[in-house]
Amino acid sequence: MEFLVFVLAGAMVLGGAIGVVVRNHPVHAALSLVLTLFGIAVLFVAQEANFLAAVQVIVYAGAIVVLFLFVIMLLGVDKAEDLRLEPFKVQRPVAAIVGGGLLVLLGMAVIASRDATTAVKGGGLETTTDDLPLTAANRMHDGNIRALARDVFSDHVLAFELTSVLLVIAVVATVMLARKPRKGDFVVEGTGK
Amino acid sequence: MLALDTLLDDLDFTAVLVVLIKVVVIFIVGLVGTMLMVWFERKVIAFMQNRIGPDKAGPKGLLQTLADGTKLFFKEDLVPDNANRFVFKLAPYLAFVPAFLVWSVIPLGGDFSNGKDGTVSLLGKATKLQLADPPVGVLLLLALSSIAIYGIMLAGWSSGSKYPLLGSVRASAQMVSYEAALGLSLASVILIAGTLSTSGIVFAQSSFSRWHVVATGVLPFVIFLIAATAELNRPPFDLVEAEQELVGGFNTEYSSIRFALFFLAEFMNTITMSGVIVTLFFGGPQPLKLGDGRLANVLSFLGPFSGTAWVLLKVLVFLYIYVWFRATLPRLRYDQLMNLGWKLMIPLGLGWFMLLAFFRIGQDEGWNRWAVGAAGIVVIGLSAALLSLAGKVSARNREREGAMF
Repeated sequence: MEFLVFVLAGAMVLGGAIGVVVRNHPVHAALSLVLTLFGIAVLFVAQEANFLAAVQVIVYAGAIVVLFLFVIMLLGVDKAEDLRLEPFKVQRPVAAIVGGGLLVLLGMAVIASRDATTAVKGGGLETTTDDLPLTAANRMHDGNIRALARDVFSDHVLAFELTSVLLVIAVVATVMLARKPRKGDFVVEGTGK
Repeated sequence: MLALDTLLDDLDFTAVLVVLIKVVVIFIVGLVGTMLMVWFERKVIAFMQNRIGPDKAGPKGLLQTLADGTKLFFKEDLVPDNANRFVFKLAPYLAFVPAFLVWSVIPLGGDFSNGKDGTVSLLGKATKLQLADPPVGVLLLLALSSIAIYGIMLAGWSSGSKYPLLGSVRASAQMVSYEAALGLSLASVILIAGTLSTSGIVFAQSSFSRWHVVATGVLPFVIFLIAATAELNRPPFDLVEAEQELVGGFNTEYSSIRFALFFLAEFMNTITMSGVIVTLFFGGPQPLKLGDGRLANVLSFLGPFSGTAWVLLKVLVFLYIYVWFRATLPRLRYDQLMNLGWKLMIPLGLGWFMLLAFFRIGQDEGWNRWAVGAAGIVVIGLSAALLSLAGKVSARNREREGAMF
């Protein structure tokens, strides 16, 4: 059963990811991204990480991709791109190198971690401090809401607050960039404004 | 591996049968309920406007919706030339499916008397009268309401014409803005209840003074009701389909069964949102009880169905309120809508949530309740003054730059 769910969700994730790259229509690519995010949410549910699954859907599918689509619609870039045109010459070779490198790195990480877990007893996913399989630990901690909250708001509270500061900075910067300059403001010469 | 319901732990034929029965019952009740809701809305509005309303099909016009639906099914199904065909055909289902899925986490009955947790016995299996009870039930509601945006947004965009696009851009901006206020008032409920599961939230509201509408101090409920109306795109927040400006809004280009799906989803959402309000703030299947057994369960003669009867009764009240809104309130202007959402409801929801959290900490630490209240009011007053000052400054700047509003 778990294997079946994994295969189906994995197919969703991969299919969506390939769709993001292959579809040459921006809206279709964004919808493929939603498919991928849903697949990941399903994988979270299969590990009994219900909270992460819900947040994955609310934040990524519900807010971020909606924002993508909103921008695509408002800016009117919702036309299929001609992929033969390449405005920035080096990007494809660089993308190929980075992609290949990432693939090798991830593959190495998977192989290394597999060796590490088989070295530990049982060979299962014994990664939690309670020495329980991941799903059982998640079930015990109320769909890992409490455990996650305790962790984020006690041990990692500084990092958490710093992240929120970062978000506020981003908001302020966006407002500054989007603001129309007033007459008395400093204007860079040569921009024609 | 699925901890959604206790009976799924030892999976056998009866368990599967019970789940199937629940699914089928919810599906049928959902569809029939929507049909009756359309009739109810038309009748009540007609009553408020001194008209008769539908009265030809069936007794009191009860079958009018069925007749309309049948007619819609046999209409020609059009796909505009400019439409993005795949997305155009997908969008109605994206609107319809989340509307149905919300049903699965609303407790529709069950025995919560004397501290029982709402489990009933069905075919010899202990189960709850809701399709699924995930530990993150409330978050699932939020997730589904954010998925529902996709249906409307993509419908408007894929039609390949101007008015639907305008309607869908309005819709997505409105729904995203009001989801923040919705989430903040929800957070107050979660803070008081101490759980995210919907049946746990119902369980926590064992008497009238513990109903969250009272326990959170009414304000989160008011915010939730307004934000929910905006989420549903119902009047007075129905700028999405403002007929006078946008022809028909996001669904202008839709016809036949696809239009019917949007229509169905809209009314289904009204019912499920009323169910959500009842669950979160009014105790769901819990009877109206005042403390120590005074005014006990007046519907107890219905035996095991009393919980369901209470849900039905409370949901009906809210359905009436929604229809009442539609019949009496004029539509907001778009800048009024955004001002209300961002400058009033979100700060108010956040401030109230902080106040409740402050009281909670004071309770745990044994601080003087009045001192906590006074300090909270001072802080909230200061923040409100700061916010209104900032609003005034930015309004003055806008005026200087020559904006119209």
